[in-house]
Amino acid sequence: MKQLTFDAVVIGGGAAGMAAALELDARGHSVLILEREDALGGILMQCIHNGFGLIEFNEELTGPEFAQRFEEKVVARNIQVSLRTTVLDIREEEGAKAIYCVSPEQGMMRVQARTIVLAMGCRERNRGNIRIPGTRPAGIYTAGLAQRLVNIEGYIPGKDVVIIGSGDIGLIMARRMSWSGCKVHAVIEILPYPSGLTRNIVQCLNDFGIPLYLSHLVTDIYGNDRVEGIEVTPIESGALMHEKAFKIACDTVLLSVGLVPENELSRNAGIEIQPTTNGPWVDSMLMTTMPGVFACGNVLHVHDLVDYVVEEARRAGANAAAWLSGYRPARELRVKTGQNIRYVLPMRINPERENRLYMRSLVVKNDARLEVRLDGAVVKSRRLAHVQPSEMLSLTLAPEELSAAGRDSTIEIALV
Amino acid sequence: MISDWKRSQEMKEIYDVAIIGAGVCGANVARKLSQYELDVVLLEKEIDVSLGTSKANSGIVHGGFHDHISTLKARLELQGALMFDRLHEELDFPFERCGILVAALHEDEMKAIEQLYLQGVENGVIGIEMCSRERMLELEPKLNPDVVGGLYAPSGGILEPYRFVFSLVESARNNGVQVKTEFEVEAAERRGDCWHIRAKGGQEIRARYVVNSAGLHADSVSAAFGAERFTIMPRKGEYYLLDRTTKAKPSRVIFPVPTEVSKGILVIPTVEGTVLIGPTASPAQSKEDFATTREQLEHVLHAARMMVPAISENDVITSFAGLRAAYGSDFYIALSEKVPALVHVAGIQSPGLTASPAIGEYVKDLLKKAGLRLVEKPDWDPCVRKVPRARDADPFALDALVAQDPAYGDIVCRCERVSEAEIVAAIRAGHTTLDGIKYYTRAQMGRCQGGFCTYKIIRILMRETGMRFDQITKRGGDSFVLKGSL
Repeated sequence: MKQLTFDAVVIGGGAAGMAAALELDARGHSVLILEREDALGGILMQCIHNGFGLIEFNEELTGPEFAQRFEEKVVARNIQVSLRTTVLDIREEEGAKAIYCVSPEQGMMRVQARTIVLAMGCRERNRGNIRIPGTRPAGIYTAGLAQRLVNIEGYIPGKDVVIIGSGDIGLIMARRMSWSGCKVHAVIEILPYPSGLTRNIVQCLNDFGIPLYLSHLVTDIYGNDRVEGIEVTPIESGALMHEKAFKIACDTVLLSVGLVPENELSRNAGIEIQPTTNGPWVDSMLMTTMPGVFACGNVLHVHDLVDYVVEEARRAGANAAAWLSGYRPARELRVKTGQNIRYVLPMRINPERENRLYMRSLVVKNDARLEVRLDGAVVKSRRLAHVQPSEMLSLTLAPEELSAAGRDSTIEIALV
Repeated sequence: MISDWKRSQEMKEIYDVAIIGAGVCGANVARKLSQYELDVVLLEKEIDVSLGTSKANSGIVHGGFHDHISTLKARLELQGALMFDRLHEELDFPFERCGILVAALHEDEMKAIEQLYLQGVENGVIGIEMCSRERMLELEPKLNPDVVGGLYAPSGGILEPYRFVFSLVESARNNGVQVKTEFEVEAAERRGDCWHIRAKGGQEIRARYVVNSAGLHADSVSAAFGAERFTIMPRKGEYYLLDRTTKAKPSRVIFPVPTEVSKGILVIPTVEGTVLIGPTASPAQSKEDFATTREQLEHVLHAARMMVPAISENDVITSFAGLRAAYGSDFYIALSEKVPALVHVAGIQSPGLTASPAIGEYVKDLLKKAGLRLVEKPDWDPCVRKVPRARDADPFALDALVAQDPAYGDIVCRCERVSEAEIVAAIRAGHTTLDGIKYYTRAQMGRCQGGFCTYKIIRILMRETGMRFDQITKRGGDSFVLKGSL
């Protein structure tokens, strides 16, 4: 078995992994990126639509173009990358971290590292997760699999399509399938508001005349060999209106019903996972409960934009480098979710440094105010014209805004 | 290139025995008969074996206490259960004797527990034990703490039913049995000492003896032979599958106290590490009715939580339904009294999987009684080639596997940790649909349900078989996966 040693190992070579690795490398640490696919770039590689990079590069790029900008830097910096490599296990052995991974070319490898950055991304929720009853014919795919089949493999999964869930990948695929000569009959969303970004509702559904059914549930799937249709039931005041149920004939069902951070590796390593995000618990340095193991990108929590992913990943990489150089925060404050907030990241902040916080609303609300309370007293507040669960919120807290913080102070974020 | 056993076989002029239906019963009969100097053909209407009732059931080796020894099904269950250790060694399918618990949640259920216990003792079940509340919780800490007592049968076990059938068929094939898939029997005629069996599509084969192990369709096969008239009533069982990361995974199979109609909703730690809950028991609309329903699945969750409260709907990765081939209260395994040289293996519901190895023996004896000459082959090989699995290998073992075959280093299915080498092995064993590969390897069976690996499997299938993209199906018929290309 091959043995390797690095200062840092980054698991996952998507946007997050590359951004984190570049920061570690810039600070003089040896880094290895482990990537299971045969190219860097992660899920960006199948996102051939544009709209990436508006914040990061101040221009509109496609997914592969966005990835390429980072890949070029990784190559220019000579950062080591092991492709087609699947990590099987993270262990603590003799005071160091050992990563067991396998590839067809190298066989099994044991990579020893002082720090690890988790950047494995997320997976799509599927039919079983949302428990749609009915038959189990061919023609039911997650939107991301359909995107892969169309954009990279070059196949059309079906001609008459219904999309369940109004997540961004589903909306993007509604447009992609329409462009490919398929008929998208409807997008069905259980919630009273869409799950995807507003710009995608406009550009991917409205521009193509694709109806969006809000507050509707898919209650049955028909067809024995291949999908033949679905049953849709309206929801009124929280109850299923069975007498108003209707059928839509289709040969394909695409699911865009949410993403889940892929933390099986983290969980097996004993890292604590938060039920609100399905990602690791992290402190002010984005460090997990396993000292020296950091997390960033969609494995930490699901982001709306890759621009936010790389911003967070850069911080994780820089923090991992600082940790390697011996930096430890002198003290940390606990972060609490207040009214109308589903989660806030990270779970600890450092009152002596600038802190970037990401959070999601539990509600749809116009004219809202985002409040930061230090032991109950408002220390910062921001007006927001509109908030909804599908759009991530962020704010920055400066040390001077936290000057009143004592040893056991708590920060609370609330939406009022 | 793939050794395509489906096409390479020379058809025989006349077979000694034709077995209709390649489920667990047909496969056991086929493997049993492969021990003798006989020409045997196994006929299956689907594109692969084990795609009927044998693929969608609880996957349990039962404890031998649910039915009285005076019934045929109890006798065959008790005999069959004892045969699994040896079969497991020979046939390399996942199997474990994890033990079975029957949990009583009310004092008034303890009477039924006692009756089951006494029946188990009378049946000769080894190690069966009446348990107090404390003993039950010691045996299974995940149980509902309101449990009042129960029954423990340590010899009960779990297995992957489709892998069992695949291995039986592979073993039968290695020993000369021919397998014909997509052969749906439509008509049969007795001419001289021979049955002429015609399939939909016009293909015909001839055989001296016939075994009707057609499961749900045993009634229509019997009718096609002009034999006994009976009706198989399909009874549906719906299941949920939970991810291997669930906190609710028990270490033993947990049964409720049985009712008149079924053994109830079980909580099953599957042999591969996931958790199965179910089945329901309700009449099916037809023999093709594999739809799950909201009401029944809610019932599954509710009933399973009564046994193991930690079960969460967040752990659900998929649901499915299977159909029991119900006919009467006992198995119907007998020589036809209306026509010659035909054995019915019908009405095989629970504990059919457990009994199936014994059914193979029993059918062999019936055929002998009907005049079939049995001469043992001197070179019969009971073992199949073991295909190592990446997920079972420790780092050093996996390193050695990759050194021999680099495809072991390419993990195609991350959720169930299945390597490309195993996918290729499945295809070379004749499983050329997405479902066939799933049942053989477990790829697509985990938490992402194929979201990440389906396109990779399609690529490997096309490369290994030469199939075009528009020939790839989920499970044969019109279940095409792709509808066009760019």
